[in-house]
This record gives sequence, C-alpha cells and structure tokens, in this order.
Amino acid sequence: MSNSSHAAADSGAGHDHGDQLSIWRRYIFSTDHKVIGVQYGITALLFLFFGYGLMAMMRWQLAYPGKPIPVIGELLLRVLGPDMADKGIVTPDLYNSFGAMHGTIMVFLAIVPLAFAAFGNYVVPLQIGAPDMAFPRINMASYWAYFVGGVVMLVSFFIPGGAAKSGWTSYSPLATLADPGHRFDGQTFWIIGMVFLITSSLLGSVNFIATIVQLRAKGMSWMRLPFFVWAQFVTAFLLLLAFPPLEAAAIMQFMDKVFGSSFFLPSGLVVGGTPFSGSGGGSPLLWQHLFWFLAHPEVYVLILPGMGIVAEIIANNTRKPLFGYKSLVYSALAIGFLSFIVWAHHMYLTGMGTKISTFFQTTTMMISIPSVIILTTMFVSLWGGSIRFTTPMLFALAFLPMFGIGGLTGLPLGLNATDIDLHDTYYVIGHFHYIVAPGTIFALFAGIYHWYPKVTGRMMNEFWGKVHFALSLVFMNLVFMPMFIQGLEGMHRRMYDGGASYAASPDVAYGLSLALKLNVAISHAAWFLGLAQVPFIINFFVSLFRGKPAPSDNPWAATTLEWATPTPPPHGNFVHPPVVHRGPYEYNLPGAAVEFCPQNQPL
Amino acid sequence: MEIPYTVEPRPDTGLFNAKVGIWLFLASEVMLFGALFSSYIMLRVGSDVWPHGMLNVPIGTLNTIVLITSSITVVMAWASLKLKAFGKFKLYQGCTVLLAMTFVIIKSYEYHDKFTHYFVRYSAGSEVKELTGHIEGSPMNWTLATLNNPTRPISEIRIHPDVASGEHGHDSGAAHPEVITVPTKQIKKLESFGPWHLTYLAIYFTLTGLHALHVIGGALVIGYFWGPGSRMWYSDPERFTNRVEVAGLFWHFVDLVWIFLFPVLYLL
Repeated sequence: MSNSSHAAADSGAGHDHGDQLSIWRRYIFSTDHKVIGVQYGITALLFLFFGYGLMAMMRWQLAYPGKPIPVIGELLLRVLGPDMADKGIVTPDLYNSFGAMHGTIMVFLAIVPLAFAAFGNYVVPLQIGAPDMAFPRINMASYWAYFVGGVVMLVSFFIPGGAAKSGWTSYSPLATLADPGHRFDGQTFWIIGMVFLITSSLLGSVNFIATIVQLRAKGMSWMRLPFFVWAQFVTAFLLLLAFPPLEAAAIMQFMDKVFGSSFFLPSGLVVGGTPFSGSGGGSPLLWQHLFWFLAHPEVYVLILPGMGIVAEIIANNTRKPLFGYKSLVYSALAIGFLSFIVWAHHMYLTGMGTKISTFFQTTTMMISIPSVIILTTMFVSLWGGSIRFTTPMLFALAFLPMFGIGGLTGLPLGLNATDIDLHDTYYVIGHFHYIVAPGTIFALFAGIYHWYPKVTGRMMNEFWGKVHFALSLVFMNLVFMPMFIQGLEGMHRRMYDGGASYAASPDVAYGLSLALKLNVAISHAAWFLGLAQVPFIINFFVSLFRGKPAPSDNPWAATTLEWATPTPPPHGNFVHPPVVHRGPYEYNLPGAAVEFCPQNQPL
Repeated sequence: MEIPYTVEPRPDTGLFNAKVGIWLFLASEVMLFGALFSSYIMLRVGSDVWPHGMLNVPIGTLNTIVLITSSITVVMAWASLKLKAFGKFKLYQGCTVLLAMTFVIIKSYEYHDKFTHYFVRYSAGSEVKELTGHIEGSPMNWTLATLNNPTRPISEIRIHPDVASGEHGHDSGAAHPEVITVPTKQIKKLESFGPWHLTYLAIYFTLTGLHALHVIGGALVIGYFWGPGSRMWYSDPERFTNRVEVAGLFWHFVDLVWIFLFPVLYLL
C-alpha cells in the first residue's frame, strides 16, 4: 500500500482520502470497488444497448429480406462500405457478423460484466462489511482488461472483411477459414478480444473469492451471508475454472489462423473446391468440447447473479425471511458443481456417440433439480408476505415465471431424442432468451432500481419505472413466445432471409409457412421493446439530478449491511467496522419488537 | 482505509489475502494447462500416426534438472528471509533468475533446431520425392516464397538429408554424407518443422511456448523482488517475505507443468 493511503487510514476518516486524489485517480483509474462497479455497469449497459441494436438490424432483414433498412441502411453503407451493406441492405456477410457479435457482446460484454462485475463489485464488499475488495489494483486492472477487450471487439467491425461471422460459438473449421483473404480477420480480432476478456474475468473472479473468504466482517459467518453473496461466490468459481479451457481453445485457434497449424482442421478438408494445404489431422470436435466446457457454466454465470438479486429483493419486499435459505445456498453450490459436467448436451448432433450422449443427458436432468429448488423456494417465499409492489419487486416477481418458462422449455433440449428435432431451430433461441432476456435482464433491472438510491442518494421515479416494467414485460413475451412456435414448426435459426426461400417452395409444410409469417410481428415487437427502454434511460439520467432524495441511508427498510453505510458510501465504506449479530433476512420475526432487524444490530 | 489481512493471516482461514489469491490463480492455471493436455490426448488418440523421438531427450533432461534446481533455490531464498538472512536470500534468488534464463536459452536452442529442420517435396523426373533434412547454411524458416522472392531469388538448395530419410524418426543432427541439390523450380513444398508441419509439433510449440511465457513472466517477477523490489525488506520485512513466498508458489507451479510436459512430449 502506498504511503498516501497509509496517511489516509491514519487520519481515520475514509472519505478524506478521496479528496486527496486527482479526478483521474478518483473516477477513471480508481481502485475503489464502488467506482469500478459503476464503471463496469455503465460500460456494460452501453454494450447491452449496442448488442440490442445489432439484433434490431438483423430483425429488419428477417422481416423484410433484401430490402434496405430505412435511415440506418444509408449509415451502414457509408460506414461499412458496399461490400457489407450494398444499397443499405444487410448482406449475408454482415448478417453473419451481426449475429456472431450480438451473441458475443451480449454474453461477454454486457450481461456477465453487468451481473457479475458491476453488481458484484458494488454490492458484495458492502454486504460482507468489507472496506474494499481484497486486491483493489487488480480490480482496476480487471476493468481495464475488459475495456480493451471491448474496444478490440468494436474495432473488428471496421477492419477489411468485417467482424467475426461464425457465430458466438466460433466453430472450427468454419471460423478458422471464414475469411481466407485476410490473415488478421474478424475472427482473429475476436480471439484477441476474448483473451482480454478472459484475463479480466480471471482477475475479477480471484478478487471476488479472496474478498469473500478473507474480508467478511466480524460475526459474518458463512450461513449469515446474504444469498446474493453466495450466488456471486459460486459464479466467481465458475468463471475462474471454466474460462481457461476456452482460453486454451482460443490460443489453439489463433495458432491455426496465424501460424498455420491444424488443431481443429481435419485431414482431407476441401476449401472452396481445392484440398486444404495444411498438415491436417486436427479435430473439429475438440473445439466444441473446449468451447462448451466454458459456455455451459457460462449459462449459470448469466443466471446465478440474477437469482441472487431477485432473492434480496423478494426478502426485502415480502417483509419476511426467505423460505429455505440453506436450500438456496446448497442448490447454488450444487448448480456450480454440476454445471461443469453437462456441457456436451450442446453436442448431441455431432456424432460423439450415444453412450456419451446418455451420460450428459443424465447430468442435464440432474442439474434441473437444484434450479427448480431455487425457483420453488422463491415462489414459496411469497406465501403469506405483505408484498410491497415497488418497481424492483415487480421486475423480481416477473423474473420468476419468465425464468420458469425458460427453464422448462430447456428440458426437451436436454433430452437426446427431442433435441435431435429441435436442435438449431428458433425453439432454442426462444429457450435461452427466456432465461437471459426476460430472466436475467429483468433481474438486472430490478437490481438497478433497488440499489440506485444507495449509489446516487436519489430514488428513481416509481411511475416511469412501472411503465418501463409493464411495456418490457409485454414486448419481451411478444418477441420470444412466437419463436417457440416457429422452432416447433422447424424453422432453422441461421436463415439469412428468415426462411423466405423456404416459403417460396411449393412443398413447404403448411405449419412452417404460417410460422414464417410471424417474423414481421416478432420484429415489430423487438423494435417496440427497444422503445420501451426509453422511459428507463430517461428515468436513469433525470433521477441523478431531479430524483427524490433518498429519505435515509436505508430507504427500503432492508436488513443487509450495504444499507448500514452512509449514502453514497465513502471510500472505505463504513464509518465504523461493522459487527454482524444475526442472519441476513430478519423481517417480522415472531416475538420481535421491531419490524426488521439489520444484521449489525446487537441482540 | 486499510484492507485487513494483507500481511497477517486471518485467524479463521490461517491465510493472508495474497496467498488465497495465488492459490485461486493457480487453480485457474491448472484448468488452462489441463485443457491443453486434454487436447493433446484427444488429438493423439484421434491421429493416424504420431511421431516419436523428434525431440532431443538429453537436452530435455538437462532443462528438467535446471528447473528442479531453481525450485530448490526459490525455497531456500524464502527460507533465508524467514531466518532474517537477507544476503543469502539475494544469493539464492539470484540463482533462481539465472537458472530461469538458462532454461529459456536452452529452450530457444531447441526451437531454433526445429526451424532449421526442413521437409521438402520435389519432383525428380517423373516421380515425386520427399525428404527431411537441413539446408546448407542452416537458414531459418524458409518457405517456397523465400526461394521465389523476386528481389532475392534462390535458384537451388543443398540439403543434408536426415539419416533415416523419409521418416520423421530422427533429429540427431547427424547428416547423411551425401548432399542433395534440388533446383527451386522442382520444389513442390518446403517447410520447416514449425507448428504448421505436424499436429504433434503444433501442440509441442503451443504447450512449451505457453510454458516458456510463464517462465519468463515468473523470472521477471522474481527478478523484480530480487532487485528493486527488495528494498521493501527494510521497510516491511514480513510483507516482503510474503511476496517472495507467493512468487515462489507460482514458480513451483511453472516447474510442475514442465514435470508433466517433459515425459508427455519427449518420452511418450
């Protein structure tokens, strides 16, 4: 630790420290976990918006194939040139780029940084009563590695040949040979960007686990941790252990692309009519194993922090303890463990063999058990509560059925026999978007409305919050529910023209021909979903200056430690190091004199 | 603001923060190298032919001894600090850095050996011949494009073929007495034994290259604590000792990876 921070510690008042630092050190290159959390949050929200924009343009092409996008098409033509957006029409290459980058950006640059890094950074040290993360400078490095990774991904849109176009899964040999004209093509940028993002997540997850293990306040035993902290703890382990295999795979794909090795290129490969000149002997299946070894735990990285946020908000707004806190904790741990042995259920159609399929089918059915336990305990927690229907609570409540739909529609995909029919259809898209979009994103909105007063000292507007909620709920379902129908009718998920060429064929199935007509409705719903976020964006910024000041440090009358800090919390967080005397959710306990007991209130 | 347990261990876990951090980091590293070793297994099991004996075992053994010795000196350096013998720490840790550099030098010699070893396919009359060997003058990493470089074209190459020509079996450097001259216009394919030549070499370069990066990174950190970073011994000796211990844990991991790499790539 530097001398200046020693001096600050000696002076006794944490926030003096902030005043000694330059604006650069305070807001840009800050080591304060709260500033880093807000940096992560804002960057990730911008990427969320950008990722949505890519999809909105793809939806135009699906609804009106081959027609130029109004207004934006002209802009695309000017920025990306006629190779990519001839006459303002989304070309197949551009469509593939947008698709690959929509997935990549949403998963690695928007949801995970928002759910894990932003909320985790801001809330976890406060909830465990710590002055900061265990390694503040590593924390800063984590954010900047993420930032560089994001910049690399964005730059890749403008290089010759455009951004990666082989799906967020980047399957080889397709990804390796996608752009033979350019050695450093979009896929190479994708790999380099991913290495930065993996580094960022490594630094972050080490920091989170070390912080939760080492810096819990006096009396904060493991079973007194708020469930949100548990969720982040398990998430950090998933990131720590699942990401390195993808890094290994990325290194090998980089070797294939730049140094001409053949890790993922089999013998006898023919590219564009000519035999591939490399040494061959590689395994395309190897890439898929390594990729999904990350990407399935990644699914739980996307959902666990959301579950944590929802649990906090449900306990706070039902004014009663969570039902089955320990079941929640053990279920989260079980999910963490099982998520490492289910990955190949994404690969039933690769021909890896029925025995392996059976194994992964079994583990996949097993992992649904703890997921159902978590959802059930949250539903049961509502029973008998005097529910406050605040904006964060509405989002948290909507999370439950939305995640339920997403989870239950996953079962046919986890079963080998049914997956063969549904694989790579719009059904899959509907399924995982129900988990992540109306699931996790609703949880994230809930978290933003819930912790906004702690971060800024002002409340967000309740009325516009409820407008935002109602519109989002309606349009989310209008976007994703019809996709199940399209998928069940057999519509493939990667058709550039939205299936128009199928519809033109004389012997197209009658159901499919009807399902294809849903494309226009879905696209409109998707664009209205974007408009539905306008109240949120305005509310978010206006409330910074005009919002009702938070009536106290604890406006929601909550029990967890983050509400025991000054608002907004100064550098170093707590005025006095807190001592924990009780569990996280002591609301309306029988025989208690008060309605709720904060964790740091002495017995 | 002071972050607790940066130096003294937390009573219930018995660890200071950085020790938790480094063990977690190493867990992640195990997964990284574990994935590459798993890939090695999958590629080897799925391959038709897997070359054997392409690497020089005595040199590999020497490098193994170098790294194991450095593992000993890194422990002795830490133990010296625990015994308050700063001079001995300087001596041992200096040895660690020197041994790390020795390892990297030996490794680059081995790499050089691969990039000057060639595979050539050429037409001789009506038949197509293939041979492996060294080009006279030991040029590094030539390809057909190098020979056909319009500004500096090379009309023919003189090859010292390997003793067991046609197999990739030998890398002893012992050349056949007879030198074969091949005109450039007859050459169909010319490539050195880099990662592009064989999947075995691809995994060899990837694994050892990643490991070498770890050796260099570790040597930089240890070198920093040996040099400018060692001033902390006078201001905060306990914290400095912790730092040396944590760097040492990383170093042991790097050694351990090599202990797996050596048999997997050189012997099996």
